[in-house]
Amino acid sequence: MDMRVSFRRIRTALAKEEFRRAVFVVAFLTPFLVTLIVIYGLPSLLCFLMSLTDMGLNFQFNWLTPPWYNYIKIIQCEDPYIPEVFYTTLLYVGATLLINSPFALVLGIFTTYNIRRENLSAVLRLLWFLPRMTPVVIYGLLWQWFADPYVGPLAKIGQIFGLRDVYWLLDKPYSQILMIVVNGYVGASWGMIIFSSSVKCIPLELFYAAKVDGASDWAVIKNIILPLLKWPMLFVTAWQTLSLLGSYVQILVIWDGHALTSGTEVWSLYSYDMAFRSYEFGYSAALAMVIVVVALGLIALYFKIFGFRRMLEPSRVEV
Amino acid sequence: MSKVSTYREAVVKAKVRSIVGTLIVYGVVCVPLVPLLLMYGWLIVQAFSGRPVEWLLPNQPTLGNWYFLTKPIEFGGTPLFPVSFWRLVLNTLMLALGTAGLVVVIASLAGYAISRFDFKGRDPLLRSVVILHSIPGVLFLIALMYLLNSLGIYGKGLLTMISVIIIKAGIESPMYTWMLKGFFDSVPWELEWAALVDGCSRFKAWRSVVMPLIFPGIAAVSVFAFLSGWEEFILVYTYITDERYFTLSVALDRLIGAFRFINYGVLAAFGLFYLIPAIIFFILTQKYLTTLRIIAYKG
Repeated sequence: MDMRVSFRRIRTALAKEEFRRAVFVVAFLTPFLVTLIVIYGLPSLLCFLMSLTDMGLNFQFNWLTPPWYNYIKIIQCEDPYIPEVFYTTLLYVGATLLINSPFALVLGIFTTYNIRRENLSAVLRLLWFLPRMTPVVIYGLLWQWFADPYVGPLAKIGQIFGLRDVYWLLDKPYSQILMIVVNGYVGASWGMIIFSSSVKCIPLELFYAAKVDGASDWAVIKNIILPLLKWPMLFVTAWQTLSLLGSYVQILVIWDGHALTSGTEVWSLYSYDMAFRSYEFGYSAALAMVIVVVALGLIALYFKIFGFRRMLEPSRVEV
Repeated sequence: MSKVSTYREAVVKAKVRSIVGTLIVYGVVCVPLVPLLLMYGWLIVQAFSGRPVEWLLPNQPTLGNWYFLTKPIEFGGTPLFPVSFWRLVLNTLMLALGTAGLVVVIASLAGYAISRFDFKGRDPLLRSVVILHSIPGVLFLIALMYLLNSLGIYGKGLLTMISVIIIKAGIESPMYTWMLKGFFDSVPWELEWAALVDGCSRFKAWRSVVMPLIFPGIAAVSVFAFLSGWEEFILVYTYITDERYFTLSVALDRLIGAFRFINYGVLAAFGLFYLIPAIIFFILTQKYLTTLRIIAYKG
């Protein structure tokens, strides 16, 4: 009898403790979950619903018939700008990715393995970090000066190479080259840091062994570092593809209002312009949803390639 | 004799090869930095020059570009902003501090719970941080525009500013929660056990034992969130219509629209002022900056 009572007591005490623990977890997670729902969940749902309407400045949900009309408009290119925006986005993501991933890989290896004076390579990496640290409006101002047709250095350097009367910000394809470079500078440092820390994770014995065998620096990079950096490389490429698909603020700041004519109107920016310059909120929501669908497809693919754990541990090097 | 010459040849070859290698390495790393250095150098020189600066040569040194610190900025005789420059600074500080404060509260609570407790939905929650990256920034802007408008918050001055702070903090917090979770993971369990055994409540254990230990993490998160609030452009540009609540970023954007091609001096001086927090941060944390891995939402 007594035993049973004390068991019950223990059980209720345990249940109480369990309850207390649950309350604690809920209390600690609530602010986070509320923001997730209000800032991420609700807008995603809203955006999807808006994409089925022709919402304008009146903010009314006027359902379209068929509901997916906006998507048909995009896929069948009823909007005459779609092909050009699509092409610009492809060019932008593809070319900038080359800077953000393979070039960042070269930077990461060079500043970590080849330049062995730690102070010097730290300074160089810091300088590469400048564009990322700079507020976007100032970064835009710097490039606007740099590409200024009258006082900017770019026009002067261009003249040396015979490019006269080129307006780097407005004339295709120069404006597009600029768009890629401007965003490449911002993205390169991120990959560089990941690759640099990955190189640092490689056990030094491997390098010693290679050196003892008389391997050159190039051979070490080709046969030791590159194969080991396969996963970080895939991770950076995957992550940067997603970032680039959604990025547009730099272009908005620099090409304010001239993006369509100078061939720098990427998909996200087009969606922004449709919403906040043409006030076609329904259509712009559909344009934004297209990015979500593409990005989710890519993520599903990445999860399949990486597995979940790998995706979250970007710089682990497997030796 | 021939052996010596082949040996010499080999030495020379190796030397040439190493010099060429070094040149390639430094060329690839340093040459693309030249335009960047030119731009940042220009910003400094131009801020103190009365006339347009070509390359980096000062042109009529002056402090005149900094008049906006005391007098209103005028364009064509009318002031560009209805409030003083320092009010713009105050607005920007409000946004930055508000964002940092909210982010620290949300991330330190959730980061701890995710790091320490095993609960239903923990894995999907972790997974969601990656999946959230698939949502483009423009989607928030469009959907939240509808939400703000239907709640009657759009174009309401202070109320809009507060909602911008909440939105900004909300967008940033998953990333920082992730970052702080890493810091919480590194605190050994035994310390909390000891505190709990000694009769601490869980909350007290979190507050007085764990939190002080991850102070560096909290500091890093506050600084990053502060800077990201200080630099915020698109939310303010899109939602805040009341010019009394403009921040420095939107003000600078408007200045660029007005003074470009006419007076780069004011633009550079204004920009340099706006850059000060980033520069301070840059100098103080240069050692850690390049080793910290920051999940990036920029391109």
